[in-house]
Amino acid sequence: MRYLCLYRPGTPESDDPQCHEEIAAMGELIDEMQRAGVLLATEGCLSSSKGVRVRLDTGKYIVTDGPFPETKELIAGFCLMQVRTKAEAIEWGKRFLAVARGGETEIRQLYETPAA
Amino acid sequence: MTATETHSAIRAVWSIESARLIAGLARIVRDVGVAEELAQDALVAALEQWQKSGIPDNPGAWLMATAKHRAINVLRRNKLLERKHEELGHVIEAERDAGPDLEAAIDDDIGDDLLRLVFTACHPVLSVEARVALTLRLVGGLTTEEIARAFLVPAPTVAQRIVRAKRTLAEAKVPYEVPRGDELAPRLSSVLGVIYLIFNEGYAATAGDDWMRPALCEDALRLGRILAGLAPNEPEVHGLVALMELHASRAPARLGPTGEPVLLPDQNRGRWDQILIRRGLAALERAEALGGARGPYALQAAISACHARARTADQTDWARIAALYAELAELVPSPVVELNRAVAVSMAEGPAAGLAIADALVTEPSMQNYHLLPSARADFLLKLGRLDEAKLEFERAAALTRNARQREQLLERAAACARS
Repeated sequence: MRYLCLYRPGTPESDDPQCHEEIAAMGELIDEMQRAGVLLATEGCLSSSKGVRVRLDTGKYIVTDGPFPETKELIAGFCLMQVRTKAEAIEWGKRFLAVARGGETEIRQLYETPAA
Repeated sequence: MTATETHSAIRAVWSIESARLIAGLARIVRDVGVAEELAQDALVAALEQWQKSGIPDNPGAWLMATAKHRAINVLRRNKLLERKHEELGHVIEAERDAGPDLEAAIDDDIGDDLLRLVFTACHPVLSVEARVALTLRLVGGLTTEEIARAFLVPAPTVAQRIVRAKRTLAEAKVPYEVPRGDELAPRLSSVLGVIYLIFNEGYAATAGDDWMRPALCEDALRLGRILAGLAPNEPEVHGLVALMELHASRAPARLGPTGEPVLLPDQNRGRWDQILIRRGLAALERAEALGGARGPYALQAAISACHARARTADQTDWARIAALYAELAELVPSPVVELNRAVAVSMAEGPAAGLAIADALVTEPSMQNYHLLPSARADFLLKLGRLDEAKLEFERAAALTRNARQREQLLERAAACARS
C-alpha cells in the first residue's frame, strides 16, 4: 500500500536555514526509511513566497502568488511511502513528527489498481 | 488511544523493528530460532505493558532493551549448563565477540546483523520453500498466517516449514555470519533467488486473488531495497532491485477492464508508474557503475529498461533487446530465454529470423507443454502469411494454456486465421 504524507508545521514560515542538528536528524530518519525499503520519494518545499495557487472557478482561472496567509494550512513537504499497513504509515509519521519537533502530518492512502 | 488502536500500533512497531531485533539477538544467542522466540517474548511483554502505560517514545529501543535482557539471561543459563558439560567454547566466543559490554555490542552494526540474518534465512542447507518462508517471517516481518495466505497453503504447513527450517539450521550448526571469499557469490545468488521468487509469486497473482498475493511483490521489493542498503557494493543486488522496480512499474497496465491480461506492446504506457521506473533506472545505473552490467539480473533489468524508456511500443529498441537476450542466453542458457530472444529478433529483423530461432526449440523437451512457444511461432507464421500453419499453432497454444481468458484469445486468433 502506498501513502502520501503531507507535512504541515503549523508555525509561521521562516527563511532561516534549519539548524544542523535538525538537518542531521532528518537525514538520519530518511536514511532509515530508505534502508527499511519504505520510502519511495520525499521532498521539502521552499517557502510559500516562491509558490503560487491556480484555481479554476466558474470557467475562470485565478492565479494567486505566494506567500499564502493561512499559516496552519501550509504544506512544508511530502513523503511517499510503501508500507504493509496503515498502522505502519502512522508509526513512520510519528517518527517524522518527533524529528520535525511538532506539526501535523496528513496521511492519505493512494489509489492502486486492484490485483496489480 | 483505544485498545485496538494501541494493538495495531504495537503491531506496526513490531513489523518495523522485528527483523533488526531478531538479527541483533541472533548474534548473541547464535540461533535464529531462539532469537525469534526472545523477540516474540519482548513483543508479548510490550503488548501487556503498553496497553496499560501507553506506547513509549522510542518503542524500538524499548523492545530491544527488553529482548536483550532476556538474551543475556539465556546466555548466562546456557553458560552454566555448558560449564557443567565443560563446553565453554560457544559462550567464550560470544563474549569475546561481544567485548566487555554485551549490551553495547548488541547495538553495534545492526546492518551487519541484518545481513547475517538474510544469509542465514536463505542458507542452501534449507529447501527453497523453507528459505522463502523463513525470509518473509524473519526479515519481512510477516506472520505465518500471512505467508500461508499469500502462497495458498494451509497455515500449519507454513508453521511446520518454519519450525523445521530453524531446527535444520541449528542441527547443521550453520554459522551466523556473512559468507566471504568464494562462498559469497553462490550464497548471494541464493538470497537474490529467494527474493525474486517471492516477487514472481506476487506478480503471478490474478484478479480474484486474496490481496495478500499481489502484496508479495511489495514485500519482495522491500526486501530487495533493504538488501541494497545492506550490501551497496554488490552490483547484482541493484540489478535485481532494478528488475523488480521496472516490472512492478507496469503492474497497473497489466490487466484490462475485465481482468484480462494485456501484453506489453498493447499496454497503456500512461499507466506505467513513473516513480518506480525512475527508481528502477537509477538502480540499474548503480549496478552498471559497479561493473555489474553483465550480471543475469542486471541484463534482465536492462531489457526491461528498454521497454520503460520507449514512450510508445514502436519506439522500442528491439535490436538492443535482442543483443541483451543473446548475452543472457550465453550466461544462463535456457529455452525460455532463447524464445524471448526469438521474439526480440523478429521485431528487430523480421518474422523469418525469429521463426528460425523458435523452430530450433520445437524438439526441446522442456518446451513441450509451454504454450508461449506455439503462440510465438503462430505470430511469426501469421506475419509471414503462412495462415494454415499459424492457425494450427494458435490452437496448439490454446490447448496448452491454463488461463481460460488466454485460451479464448488464442482460439479467436486461430479463427481469424481461418477467416482470412
